[in-house]
Amino acid sequence: MSVEIKTSGDTVTAYLSGELDHHSAKEMREAVDNAVELNMPSRLVLDFKGVSFMDSSGIGLVMGRYRTLLKTGAQLYITGASPQIYKVMKLAGIERLAKLEER
Amino acid sequence: MEVNNKFTMNVLAKSANEGFARACISAFAAQLDPTLEEVNDIKTAVSEAVTNCIVHAYKEKIGKIYITGELCDKNTIRIKIRDTGCGIENVEKAMEPLYTTVGGERAGLGFAVMQSFMDTVKVRSAVGKGTSIVMTKRINRRINING
Repeated sequence: MSVEIKTSGDTVTAYLSGELDHHSAKEMREAVDNAVELNMPSRLVLDFKGVSFMDSSGIGLVMGRYRTLLKTGAQLYITGASPQIYKVMKLAGIERLAKLEER
Repeated sequence: MEVNNKFTMNVLAKSANEGFARACISAFAAQLDPTLEEVNDIKTAVSEAVTNCIVHAYKEKIGKIYITGELCDKNTIRIKIRDTGCGIENVEKAMEPLYTTVGGERAGLGFAVMQSFMDTVKVRSAVGKGTSIVMTKRINRRINING
C-alpha cells in the first residue's frame, strides 16, 4: 500500500496503490489529508489506477474526504477505478458526491 | 446441499489478516473456475465479514475468527464466518445500509456489500456469544472452448 501525491496548479492528485481495506485505509487517509491541508486545492483527484482491491473501507475514505472538501468548496474526482472498485463505488452511490471515472 | 470439498481455518482478529482471508478464499474458490468478477465479489464479501469481526465483534480484545469454505453441488461456494465476540443486538437494524455503531470513517455498508455481491447471506447472532454469517454464491460454469 502506498500513496504518491502530485500537485499541479490548484489540483492535488493522490495516486493510491495496493489493496485498500480497513487495514490500509488509515495510512492512505492521513497521507491525503496532509496534502489537502498543506495545499488547500480546489480539486482533489483520487487516482485508483494502482489499487488492486477495495472494500467498503474505501467508501469510508472517499466519503470522509468529501466531507473535508465541503468546508472549502473544493471538488472531488475519482479516476482509474477498476470494474471491482467501480462496482463498490456505484453500490454506495459515490457518483452523487464525486466525479467518478472507471479505468 | 452436497459438499464436495471443504476447508476450515481460524485467524486472529487482526486487520493484517483481512488480506490473508481474501487470498485463502479466492484460492479455494478457484476450483470452481469462476470469472474474475465472481472471484472479486467473493473476496469483497469476505473482506466485509472479516472486517466486521475485527471492528465490531472484538472491540476490546483480539479474538479468533473462524472461517469455513465449502464447495457444494458442483457450482456453489458456501462460506461461513463466525466470531465469539459481543454479538449484534438488532441484526435487522445492523443490516440497514449506512447503519454503523462505530465512529470514524466506517461507511456502514458491510452487510449491503455482502448481500449485493453474494446470492444469499444469513446472519445469526446472540449478544455476548457472537455472530455467524453464512453466504453462498453460485458460480456459472463456463463452456470450455478447447473441448
